[in-house]
Amino acid sequence: MKYSYFPGCSLKGTGRAYEESIIPVMKALGAELEELDDWNCCGATAYMAVDEVKACVMASRNLAIAEKAGNPEVLAPCSACYLVLNKTKHYLHDSPPVAHVVNQALKTANLTYSGNTPVRHPLDIIVNDIGLEAIKKKVKTPLKGLKVAPYYGCQMVRPYATFDDQYNPTSMDRLFQALGAEVVRFPLKTRCCGGSLTGTLPEPGLLCTYIILKEALKRGADVVATVCPLCQFNLDAYHDQIAAKWEPARIPTVYFTQLMGLAFGMDPVQLGLQRGFVAMKPVGQAAA
Amino acid sequence: MNNPIWQPRIVAFFCTWCTYTAADLAGVSRMKYAANVRVIRVMCSGRVDPQFVMDALAKGADGVLIGGCHPNDCHYAEGNYKMLRRFRLLQRMLTDLGIETERVRLEWISAAEGEKVKTVINDMVEKIKAMGPLNLPGRFQEWDREMDSLEHAATQPKESEKPHAH
Amino acid sequence: MQMDNQKAEVRIGFYACHCGSNIAGMVDVVEVAKKAGKLPHVVLSRDYKYMCSDPGQELIAQDIKEHKLNRIVVASCSPLLHEHTFRTATEKGGLNPFYFHMVNIREHNSWVHTDRQEATEKAYALTQAAIRRVAHHKALEVKKVKIEPSVLIVGGGIAGIHAALTMAEAGKKVYLVEREPTIGGHMAKFDKTFPTLDCAACILTPKMSTVGSHPNITLWTYSEVAKVEGFVGNYKVTVKRKPRYIIEDACVGCMECIKSCVYKEPKFADEFNEGLGKRKPVYIPFPQATPQVVLIDPETCLQLKTGKCKKTCVEACADRHAIDFNQKEEFIDIQVGTVIVATGFKTFDAERLPQYGYGVHKNVYTALEVERLVNASGPTGGHVVMRDGQEPKSVGIIHCVGSRDKKTNRWCSRVCCMYSMKLAHLIKEHTGAEVYSFYIDMRTPGKGYEEFYDKLLEEGVQFIRGRVGEVTDWAYAPGEDGKLVIRVEDTLAGYVRRIPVDMVVLASGLEPHKDSQDVRRLFNMSCSTEGFFLERHPKLAPVSTFTEGVFIAGCCQGPRDIPDTVAQAGAAAAEALVLIDKGSVELEPNTAYILEQECSGCKSCIPLCPYTAIAFAEDRNKAVINEALCKGCGTCVASCPSGSIVQNLFEDEEIFKEIEGVLAYE
Repeated sequence: MKYSYFPGCSLKGTGRAYEESIIPVMKALGAELEELDDWNCCGATAYMAVDEVKACVMASRNLAIAEKAGNPEVLAPCSACYLVLNKTKHYLHDSPPVAHVVNQALKTANLTYSGNTPVRHPLDIIVNDIGLEAIKKKVKTPLKGLKVAPYYGCQMVRPYATFDDQYNPTSMDRLFQALGAEVVRFPLKTRCCGGSLTGTLPEPGLLCTYIILKEALKRGADVVATVCPLCQFNLDAYHDQIAAKWEPARIPTVYFTQLMGLAFGMDPVQLGLQRGFVAMKPVGQAAA
Repeated sequence: MNNPIWQPRIVAFFCTWCTYTAADLAGVSRMKYAANVRVIRVMCSGRVDPQFVMDALAKGADGVLIGGCHPNDCHYAEGNYKMLRRFRLLQRMLTDLGIETERVRLEWISAAEGEKVKTVINDMVEKIKAMGPLNLPGRFQEWDREMDSLEHAATQPKESEKPHAH
Repeated sequence: MQMDNQKAEVRIGFYACHCGSNIAGMVDVVEVAKKAGKLPHVVLSRDYKYMCSDPGQELIAQDIKEHKLNRIVVASCSPLLHEHTFRTATEKGGLNPFYFHMVNIREHNSWVHTDRQEATEKAYALTQAAIRRVAHHKALEVKKVKIEPSVLIVGGGIAGIHAALTMAEAGKKVYLVEREPTIGGHMAKFDKTFPTLDCAACILTPKMSTVGSHPNITLWTYSEVAKVEGFVGNYKVTVKRKPRYIIEDACVGCMECIKSCVYKEPKFADEFNEGLGKRKPVYIPFPQATPQVVLIDPETCLQLKTGKCKKTCVEACADRHAIDFNQKEEFIDIQVGTVIVATGFKTFDAERLPQYGYGVHKNVYTALEVERLVNASGPTGGHVVMRDGQEPKSVGIIHCVGSRDKKTNRWCSRVCCMYSMKLAHLIKEHTGAEVYSFYIDMRTPGKGYEEFYDKLLEEGVQFIRGRVGEVTDWAYAPGEDGKLVIRVEDTLAGYVRRIPVDMVVLASGLEPHKDSQDVRRLFNMSCSTEGFFLERHPKLAPVSTFTEGVFIAGCCQGPRDIPDTVAQAGAAAAEALVLIDKGSVELEPNTAYILEQECSGCKSCIPLCPYTAIAFAEDRNKAVINEALCKGCGTCVASCPSGSIVQNLFEDEEIFKEIEGVLAYE
C-alpha cells in the first residue's frame, strides 16, 4: 500500500525523530510513504485561531495536491496536521460559504478538491488496517520489562474521535502490549500537554506538562510514548524549568513509532532516539 | 390558486399501520412540513395497485409517494415486499414512458418515525420542484392534437372514411 | 344490495370540524364547508365547533333523518382517533355505519402546516376526495370474533405479577411466562422502595407466592414465547421451556441437593446478586424465589459439562427423583384470547462510559449492585462494604449515567433521581458516610417525592449540580491519594471541583431489552425510535398496541416507577378483561372477495396471501377467498390481473375517486 505522506513543519524540524522512525517502520510493515510534492503549512494553531477560513484554504491546498497525487489515502502523522486537514474536510462538507471561498482560492492556483481523499493517522492505519497480529510477527526484540505510559494528547480524540474512544483511547495501549511492553494505566492520556501555552504563557503551560510527567513517574513508567510532535516537544524540552519551578520530573518521551522500531530490531540512532533531551538509554537497554 | 408560483401536487398512499400513524405522530408532535402532499389511506402498501400510481400521474399529480412498514415489520407479514417488487417493475415502466423515476417514491416509515414523514415529504417536494411540473393531462391533450392533425392529414384524400379520434 | 345503492339518489351530508382552534386556527373551515356545499350530491354542508362532542354527533343523527341523508363525510381529526365515533353517530341516524367517510384535516393538515391558504386548499382537496369516494360506499356488516377467556402474560416482574393476579381473581385463565428461573423481576432485587421506604420483599413476595399457588394461573418460569399465530380472540402461542434439569413437579424445594453438591463452597458468580455473591451449579436464585424449585446451570455443573461427577445431588434428592440430567427443551402450544406484554427493561451498561471507570476501578458500582449491598438478604448481609472489604467513608452518586445524553440515550429514565436519593439515604443510614449526589436536574414528580428530597437535604446529603466529567484515580491535590476523584463542574458554584471519595455509585438509566425488536415482531407491535414498545395512543390508549388484543404494561413501554407500573398493569388487565367479558370483538369488514364471473382462474393471487385465505375451486376453475382467514391487507386485490378481487372499504373505484378528488382542486 502506498500513502501520500504529509509531514508538516514539525516532522522536518523539532519532530525529525518522528519522521526518521515512521518511514522505516511503515516500510517494514509494507507501506510506502510518498511525500507530497510542494506541500505547505497545514494551517494549524495560529492560523486556525486568527482566521478559520484562511486556515481551511491552506489545508485544502494540501488536500488538493494529495488528490492530484492519486494515492488513495493521506497519512498525516502530526496530530495538529491530522486534525486541521480533517476539520477542513468537515467544514467543506458542512458549510457551503466556506466551500465557496476555498474553491475560489483553489481555482486561482488551478487546483480542485472533491473532498474524497481520507486523511488518516498512522496509529489508525497501524492498529486497524495492518493489525496487531501482523505487527507481532515483525517483533524481533520484544520490549520486555519496559513500562510505557501511553499519552495520546488532545487532537487525536477531540473534537473528532474517528478511530478510538474519545475518553479512553486504547489503540496505543494495545499496540505496546503487542510489542511486548508493559502498559501503565494512565488516566491523563488525553489531558492537555500545555500546547502552545508553553511558548506564550509559560506558567500554566508548564504546569500542564509537569502534571503529566509527574503522574507518569508516579505510576512507575520508564517512558512516555506519544503520537504528536508538539506533545513530545513539551514533555521533553522543559525539564530544567520544571525542576526549577517544582521538582525534577525527568522521564523520556518518545514517539510510538520509535518504540515500534526498537521492537522491530532497528538501530536506535537510525530511529532518532539520540535526539531527545532526556536520555533514552533505558528504552534501548530494555529492548536489547 | 392565488399563488403565482407553481406548486407540485403529490398523491401519497400510506399504509394505516406504519406510515399513516407516523404522519399522525408528526401532527401530534406539531412538526412542520410542506402542504403539497395529499394522503390516501390504505390498509397495507401491498394494496397499492400500480394503476393507482399511473392514474394519479395521468390525472395531474407531479409525484406519487408510497409509504409502508419497514422490511420485516409489515402488519400483514409481507405486503411491503409485494409492493417493493411492484415498485421495481413500475420504475422500469416509468422510464419507458419518459417519466423521471424519482417522481414515484417508496419509503419505509414506521409508526414511530414522525420525523421521517417530515423529512421525506420536504425532500420530495424540493426535488419535484426542481424537476418541474409533469403535466401529463396537458401532454395528453397535446398528443391528442398531434394525432388528430396527423390523422387528419392522412385521411384528407379519402373523404369516405372519418378519422377515428380518441 | 349493491343494486339498491346504485338506484337510490346519493345525498351527502358534510361536516367540517373546528376542533376549537386546533383546526380552525390554520384551516378556514367555514370556507371549506361553503365550497363543499356546492359539490354534486352534497345536500347539506355545515361547520361545527366540536364534531366529536355529544351535540356534534347528535347533529349528524338528526340531519340524516331530517334531510334524508344517505352518506356522511366529516372533516376533522385522524380516523384512527374518531372514525368509530362518527360511524356510531351515522348508525344512530339510521344508516349503515359504513356509509361514512372521514377526512383528516388536523394531524395531517392544520397541525403540520404554516400557511393558512395552503392548508385550506389541502383541506378542500381532501374533502373533495372523500365526497367523491363516499358516493361509492356500500352497506357492510361487521364480523364478530369470539374471544377465548384466557390471557398470556409475558414477563413476571411486578407488572406481570399484578396483571396476572388481577385477571386470575376475575376468574380468567392466566398463562404467565417468565424468562428467568423465578418471577419477581427487578423489584425482587431491591431493598427498600422510594419514597415510603417500605421493604420491597415484604410487599412483593406475598404476591409472588400467590401467583405460584393460584388455581387460575399456570406459571412457566425459565421459559420464553417462541411463536405467536392467529388474531385477537384466538392466539395460538408456542412456549419454549428451557431445561432446568429439575422435574418441577417432583422438586419440593428442600435444597438438599444444593447442600450436597460436590462443590463444597459456592464458586460461581451469582446473577441475582449482580455477581457480588457466589452460588453453586445447582441453586435457587434467592430464598423466596417462585416457584420454589432449584435449577442446574449447564455451564458450570460437572455432570452436564463433563459427564463425570459423583452426582451427590441425585443421592440427596433420593426417592423424590427430581433431578433429570437428560431434560431437553420442551415446546408447549396454548390458545389464548388476549396477551399482556410486560417484559420490563435492562439497565444501561455503565462500561459504555469509560470516563466513569466502571470495570476499571473496583470501587465504582452500579446502583443495582448497591441495591444488593444494602439488602439484608444480599451477599454482604446488608453491610455496605466495598470489594476490598472496607466500609466507605465517603460516597459519590452520579445521576443520569446513560440518560439525557445524546451520545448514549436521550431520554430521562425517570426513576434514577429518586432511587439515587433512596440509596443515599440507605448508605448514610448503614455507614454514616458522607454522601455526595451529582445531578443535572432533580426530578421528583410523584406523590411524596419532593418531600423525600427535602428530607434528604435535611439529612445532610450534599447535592452538587453538574454532570460529572470523569472518575479517576489520578491524585493531584492533598488528600486524594488512594481515593477516587470525581471531577465535575459545579454549575451552581461556577467552577470545576475535584471531590475525592471512597466509593462511586453510577445511577444507570433504563433501556429496552436487547431483544425487544424480536419480541415486538413476535406480537406484531411497534417500537418507538428508542426501542420501547409503542402504545396505540399516548394519552387515550396508553396500554393498547396497534395489534388488537395485545396490551403492554410496565417499563417495556418506557421507564417508570413501581406505582406507575402497577397502575399500568391493572389498566392492561382491565382492558383484557373488557375484551374477554364482551365475549366477542367486532372486526373491520375490510376483507376481500372474488367476483367469480370475472375471475379467469389464473391463480396469481393464491401464493401472495400470507394467511393462505385464498383457495382454488378446481370444479369451477375460480379462486375463492375464505373470509374468516382474510385479514384485509388487499395485496391480492392489487395484483389481480383481471380486477376480479374486491376489497370492502377499499374498492378500486373508491380509491380512483379519491385520487380524482385530491387532484381536483384549482
